Amino acid sequence: MERNLILAFESSCDETSVSVVENGSKILSNIVATQIKSHQRFGGVVPEVASRHHIEQITDCIDLAMSKAGVGYSDLNAVAVTYGPGLVGALLIGVTAAKTVAYAHHLPLIPVNHMAGHIYAARYVKPIEFPSLALLVSGGHTELVYLAAPGKFEIIGETRDDAAGEAYDKIGRVLGINYPAGKEVDRLAHLGKDTFNFPRAMDDSESFDFSFSGLKSAFINTVHHADQIGETLNREDLAASFQAAVVDVLADKTVRALDAYPQVKQLILAGGVAANQGLRERLTAELQAFDSVEFVKAPLKLCGDNAAMIGAEAYVEYQQQHFGKLDLNADPSLEFDFMA
Amino acid sequence: MKVLALDTSNQPLSVAVMKDHQVLATTTVTTTKKHAAHLLPIINASMKAAQFEPEDLDRVIVADGPGSYTGIRVSVTAAKTLAETLHIELVGVSSLATIAANVPVEGQLVAVLFDGRNDNVFAGVYRIKNGAPENVIADQHIAFEKLLPQIKKLGEPVVVLGDLAAFKTRLDSQLKEHFISYPQENSLPSAVQLGRLGESLKPVTDINAFVPRYLRLTKAEADWQRQHPKEDNRDYVEKV
Repeated sequence: MERNLILAFESSCDETSVSVVENGSKILSNIVATQIKSHQRFGGVVPEVASRHHIEQITDCIDLAMSKAGVGYSDLNAVAVTYGPGLVGALLIGVTAAKTVAYAHHLPLIPVNHMAGHIYAARYVKPIEFPSLALLVSGGHTELVYLAAPGKFEIIGETRDDAAGEAYDKIGRVLGINYPAGKEVDRLAHLGKDTFNFPRAMDDSESFDFSFSGLKSAFINTVHHADQIGETLNREDLAASFQAAVVDVLADKTVRALDAYPQVKQLILAGGVAANQGLRERLTAELQAFDSVEFVKAPLKLCGDNAAMIGAEAYVEYQQQHFGKLDLNADPSLEFDFMA
Repeated sequence: MKVLALDTSNQPLSVAVMKDHQVLATTTVTTTKKHAAHLLPIINASMKAAQFEPEDLDRVIVADGPGSYTGIRVSVTAAKTLAETLHIELVGVSSLATIAANVPVEGQLVAVLFDGRNDNVFAGVYRIKNGAPENVIADQHIAFEKLLPQIKKLGEPVVVLGDLAAFKTRLDSQLKEHFISYPQENSLPSAVQLGRLGESLKPVTDINAFVPRYLRLTKAEADWQRQHPKEDNRDYVEKV
């Protein structure tokens, strides 16, 4: 097979990342410059601060990605970039840098949907088989995506309000945990018990949509009420109860979707919240009931934002010759089509 | 020297391709609000018109601010990516000086104002010396009411360019006959002037560290620094 090399860019939120990927399946380099420490000062991502960090980092990340991969520009076949969804000012740094490299080094440009990138992080575990179902859970998104064929992504269900990761950050704040709170809440949850019986929103509805704002409010009200009457609640049990409610809803909807689409060969778990141990354990258990469905979890290292996942998805687009032009712009609210 | 000059620091977008001070191609557009979409196609067209390939370039010159934060980042990102990946020189020029360079009168004082909202301006005052603007009052983000007396104190006729709409009446009443206004087109940034200024400047030594001159902290950062006066405010980004 001819060697295909893609230089991929990701800058949709608070990570500047540049990667060189071979044949969509092998990471030659994956440089990730994270701004978490900076935004922790403010309790969350400040868009203008994020944009300023991206421009500080971008060419250094390019240099490192190229040198670590041990390749030159003439070895590359294409340049790929996340063009949405995300923060517009942040996206524009990656988009502008990628277009500039494409122009300067006479390479085709491949625009990549950030969410498709998250799904393709799973490609580094094994090839994706179609049709496939993906549960995508991150700070900005919670959705069930049906993959009928390579490069085809259709939403069958999504959150109607907060994303799961967003709910983690918000209740984390109430527990005094700094953003991003997911990892610490997950840790506490494993030490506690589900004693609060928080609501499982939309869990009995027929749709594949999610809702987490009711759960978040119930959590916050419970803690505030206890504060008012001078009672201290067990943090581990609070975390365990919250996580149990989130995981119940995610797992139930996913199982229902697998029942509704019996032809599905793989369930892919991806996105920042895919690193959550509670969710991984629960879905592993649920999948026991589905003999013909393989559970493919995005590697822990590639659950967060990174350019390697963008390079993996870009290879699919490359094979289909889906190239962008130099007038490519960022699309902050880009989303997959909904299944008809 | 083969040069590409870029300015997207405000509403106008300007690109020029030059060789040894001679303009080969230039385009200035005042109607686009999508600099990110239009910059590369216009660079591509200008370079083609000049019959240059990207690898022919010796130097990229960019107006690096102040201006619209998103706007400056578009051309600074393009410029530093071109320079770093093609191994060519990078020069940053003040976006205010670029406009001051429209005035060809030797010895003339020129003030350039960008509207920074809430009666603040991004501004610099220059004297044209050997054909190039030299700062008399440094580029800064300042309340217009604080800047005006400083300009008045210079006690000389001053050409004022840039966003004048909100300030013209006060310039008139305070500077009186020392306030010189030029036709509006002189307030348009020209990548040709930018290229002319940038050709004679020293290139930056660390392209990766090159960032726009915003001349203003983000509100979040300013508040944080006020509350944490002793913290080192670097090294917040780490490669993992």
